[in-house]
Amino acid sequence: MTRQRLLQIVLVVLVLAYPLIVAGSPVWARLGALVLLAAIGASAWNIVGGYAGQVSVGHSVFFGIGAYSAVVTYTYLGLPPIAGAPIGMALSVLVAAVIGVPTLKLSGHYFSMATIAVAELVRVLSSTSEFLGGAQGLGGPPVPRGVLDLSFISATPYYYIFLAVLAGLLWLTHAIERGRMGFYLRAIKDSERAARSLGVSAGRYKLYAYMLSAAFTALAGSLYLTMFGFVDPESGFGILISVKMVVMAALGGAGQLFGPLVGALILVPLEELSNSYLGGQGAGLTFVVYGAIIVIIARFLPSGLLSLLDRRRPTASRASKTVDGHAD
Amino acid sequence: MSTILVQVVVSGLLLGAVYALFSSGLTLIWGMMNVVNFAHGDFVMLGMYTAVMIWTALGGGPWASVPAAAMLIATLGIASYFLLVRHIMRGPMLAQILGTFGLALFLRYGALWTFGANFKTLPDDLVGHSFILAGIRFEGARVLAGVVGLAVTLALHLLLTRTAIGSRMLAVSEDATAAQLMGIRPQRMQALAWGMAGAATGIAGALIATFFYTSPTVGETLAIVAFVTVSFGGFGSVLGALVAGLVIGVVESLSAYLIGPVYKDVIVYVLFVLVLWFRPQGLMGKA
Repeated sequence: MTRQRLLQIVLVVLVLAYPLIVAGSPVWARLGALVLLAAIGASAWNIVGGYAGQVSVGHSVFFGIGAYSAVVTYTYLGLPPIAGAPIGMALSVLVAAVIGVPTLKLSGHYFSMATIAVAELVRVLSSTSEFLGGAQGLGGPPVPRGVLDLSFISATPYYYIFLAVLAGLLWLTHAIERGRMGFYLRAIKDSERAARSLGVSAGRYKLYAYMLSAAFTALAGSLYLTMFGFVDPESGFGILISVKMVVMAALGGAGQLFGPLVGALILVPLEELSNSYLGGQGAGLTFVVYGAIIVIIARFLPSGLLSLLDRRRPTASRASKTVDGHAD
Repeated sequence: MSTILVQVVVSGLLLGAVYALFSSGLTLIWGMMNVVNFAHGDFVMLGMYTAVMIWTALGGGPWASVPAAAMLIATLGIASYFLLVRHIMRGPMLAQILGTFGLALFLRYGALWTFGANFKTLPDDLVGHSFILAGIRFEGARVLAGVVGLAVTLALHLLLTRTAIGSRMLAVSEDATAAQLMGIRPQRMQALAWGMAGAATGIAGALIATFFYTSPTVGETLAIVAFVTVSFGGFGSVLGALVAGLVIGVVESLSAYLIGPVYKDVIVYVLFVLVLWFRPQGLMGKA
């Protein structure tokens, strides 16, 4: 136990000191920030997709709402983009309720397909919307007007902002995981019918998980905008945004606290490296590799990388893994 | 009805027959093993590229590209079954979704890397010129696509419902263990289903390429069309897919004409969500 404690302290210190360790290299500082940002999105997805087992492939809706809320707040009200984050989160929760009430009744693949269709619908509509800048999208403040614009040249401030948000999100997820809602969600994931028969109001808890997940995905979208300063229908509502969240969580381990972070730690550097080494023509190849990795995980490691650690100590969680095969 | 409206409905029907053809591939696999192939649209896309390559490299028209695409995509389907689908079928649902989704990304961006992002089109008069009949203008390529689409879909339906091999496949889809006890090899039947679905999809792709632009991401939209068609027609029903395909073709044409081309996808997506909501078993499916 003390060794584990020591390891934890070393890890925390390393994470906190990361920007100082790589101080000489803006590339590495940026990479750290990007990993954390991706981990926020994937961890937000994990609440509904991992814990509750409702595989949404349309979370880009909420990411886009967050990003567009931030940029719209700047464009039309002249406020710092980050002021749009609470608006985006509130709007996302509302939209999640509107989408969730009908679609969460669907099980398994049907839910996934419905979420894809809704996301595509929103993407097409956003590209026709004059208010949202159409297919060109909208840009944030070109020159920072103050600290609140959160527009920095160095990636280090972003690193700490994202780290704080991720820590908060993981703390909240951990609290849910250990509380009553966590038990409900796992029960729903294993067998919704059994959960219902034991008196869990499955519909309501799935919706809570979906709305909470939506709020944090929107926050990730707003944070994305403060760093990149620009959003268009593809980078906000595109299907790849949703896919990345799912894949990162699944690679690390869906339904596990640190699963999405582990997935982000592997996939984000991979994407950045192949983009920088292969240049423009590498864009396609990055996703070829992405696709291959996903197929390999699905084929050989259906429960994610973190399940490799579990294998050493057989626990009760293994028994539950064998029964979640058929969610219907 | 004015002539232009008839024109719109006719082109919708012709398009719908092709939709029916590639959707029947999806519905076959879905009905038989309860697996959703998220890479289905990308199978169509590869069928389209087969036609483009056969034209640019060999100068061959649809008479060469349709059989070639059928064989190529059937092989791809069987390979996907043995290398991937067979293993993930019994796994957790997330693994099932990820498996075929990963395959979709792999194929889509592999095509982008190989063929580039540019849209490719086949010459307009490859299939013959357009002609006018009873005041309605018919384009050769679309007529060929519609007629072949209708014929192959019907043939697939008859094969599944009227032949011994169709009965065997139905037996496997109802109860693989019982079928095995009757001397049917479930894996062979499932592989055959993937092959047949691939062939239908490849044919549809080669036909679509004669009148539509080919690009690496075209499969994304086509996959959603196939999902909509299958959920309308009932999961596993080829005849249902045929009727639903024709309906969706007409709905798309009409909404493009009456509301605006941008909104044709929007209308289809909205219909999709409504059907999933009210009748998850499909409009014509059994409850």
